[in-house]
Amino acid sequence: MPISPDEVEHVAQLARLELTDQEKRKFAGQLDAILTYMEKLNELDTSGVEPMLHGVEGRQPARPDSAGPSLPRDEALRNAPESQNGFFRVPPIID
Amino acid sequence: MLCLTAPEAGVRVSDMEYEPVIGLETHAELLTESKLWCRCSTRFGEPPNTQTCPICLGMPGVLPVLNERAFELALRAALALNCAINRPTFFDRKNYYYPDLPKNYQVSQNYCNLGEDGWIEIPVDAELRRVGIHNVHLEEDAGKNLHAQHGGAHYSLVDLNRAGTPLLEIVTRPEMHSVAEADAFMHTLRRLLLYAGVSDCKMQEGSLRFEASVSMRPAGSDGLGTRVEVKNLNSIKAVRGALEYEIERQTRRLREGRPVEMETRLWDAERGRSAVMRTKEEAQDYRYFPEPDLLPVEISDRELARVRASVPEMPVLRRSRFERDYGLSEYNASVLTDSKQVADYFEACVAAYDSPGSVANWIMNEALALTNRRGIGIAEFEISPERLAGLVRLLNEGRINARVARDIMHKMIDTGKDAPTLVREEGAEQVSDRSALDPVIQQVIEENPQPVQDYLAGSKKAVGALVGQVMRLSRGKADPKLAGQMLRQKLDRMQ
Ligand SMILES: [Zn+2]
Repeated sequence: MPISPDEVEHVAQLARLELTDQEKRKFAGQLDAILTYMEKLNELDTSGVEPMLHGVEGRQPARPDSAGPSLPRDEALRNAPESQNGFFRVPPIID
Repeated sequence: MLCLTAPEAGVRVSDMEYEPVIGLETHAELLTESKLWCRCSTRFGEPPNTQTCPICLGMPGVLPVLNERAFELALRAALALNCAINRPTFFDRKNYYYPDLPKNYQVSQNYCNLGEDGWIEIPVDAELRRVGIHNVHLEEDAGKNLHAQHGGAHYSLVDLNRAGTPLLEIVTRPEMHSVAEADAFMHTLRRLLLYAGVSDCKMQEGSLRFEASVSMRPAGSDGLGTRVEVKNLNSIKAVRGALEYEIERQTRRLREGRPVEMETRLWDAERGRSAVMRTKEEAQDYRYFPEPDLLPVEISDRELARVRASVPEMPVLRRSRFERDYGLSEYNASVLTDSKQVADYFEACVAAYDSPGSVANWIMNEALALTNRRGIGIAEFEISPERLAGLVRLLNEGRINARVARDIMHKMIDTGKDAPTLVREEGAEQVSDRSALDPVIQQVIEENPQPVQDYLAGSKKAVGALVGQVMRLSRGKADPKLAGQMLRQKLDRMQ
């Protein structure tokens, strides 16, 4: 089923991207091509095959629970467009 | 059955009975020193943004590394809640935008939760009832937002100290049907988490938070109504208030023939009401997908057995064991098992001196009264259980009286000495020897003619004043019971 510009618009909104109509049409085509290509995988018979949990073999290593140094606050706030009294300052949040 | 009452202002109101169907999500911050994926401290109350690093700030190019303690605590909680454990388990990304979430996704679990299909037993009407646990999973906490508004300026301030703190989420099945049941569930779960040493559950510091889902159905039916979620419940009291409000709101709507809308509401504890936060149409699309930066976590048989062995006996069971094995009243057993530390202290005392009834009384009336007054826990109490047992033994054997025992307890704290040593040093041993008491009794009778006269005139109560004098003269060491007996004998002979 072809991807509609509306669906592209929805996905763009979720990713906080602003797209022009031209871009929406362009990405609809691209997404469509990718999904059609992936559809091909459905042709394989995977019954009896264990689902893969991760693309990389191995298991997650863990570290002991001990606190270490954090960044100096100035450093932590340096990339922020705005800060105030040690806080990141952002546009008002409407709950 | 719909019974319609007289229509009021054109609205047909039914008086159908409805019952609520309640499910709860509980978030508990885990008792770790450092965050879930980085070594930043989790200490509460530090200046804003002093506990952050590239990992918990969501800088590009960093890799999270799992805190093994956090994982173990989550596993212990899942086992304490009788869950089946997924081995291996893995993490997923929950994607949404909010200023307190620097990565724009929360690492959580969705497809393969650590624990599933568990249960907890809660006391309802003097019986134990099971509430199903849908799942228990491990995730990271977000930061905190502060909403500022002054001089027309509108903005929000963000503190990311809490971002990345290990958080346990416990999701019940929708199996509670009253505010009282939800209340019993929250208290039981809180005690369980404290017992298991998983979380400090300090609600005033946000260590324990809830979300509720509520729907209504005709009483006695087993259908499910439209579900409303309520967020921002930062205490057990807030949950109770929000549930009462929501049950009333939905019941009123249904009786008026208006449908309940599927929505998420935000509880305002100050105003005691909730407001719509988002409607069904605005429902979040979290686009969960497996976290590519983390590998699945394996749990070996040995590891599982070790963590299973670290799950303590649960409070509900311990309480009934205290009643059964130590012959304690239901009330005493519940006070002594309310916290694991107190229950452990009691059992250590009984191990040193097998007299559970008197040990229980002394702990509840004296030791806990004292620690509560001082605002410390029994774990910080200076007197070890063995030594407290020694004190109760001296009291039970009649070697000291209760007043002296109380005095000795304070001296034990001040000097660090044990009870027998202090009793010896102070010569505080109770005088329960008739020949030793006799001269004191004689002296009291001679020096207190008024109470003596009162007694002889028939006021038997007057003996109390005389016993008081005997205690004073013996500096509290006389056996008050014996003194009363001897006084009565002597006075009766004077008649
Ligand atoms: Zn960090």
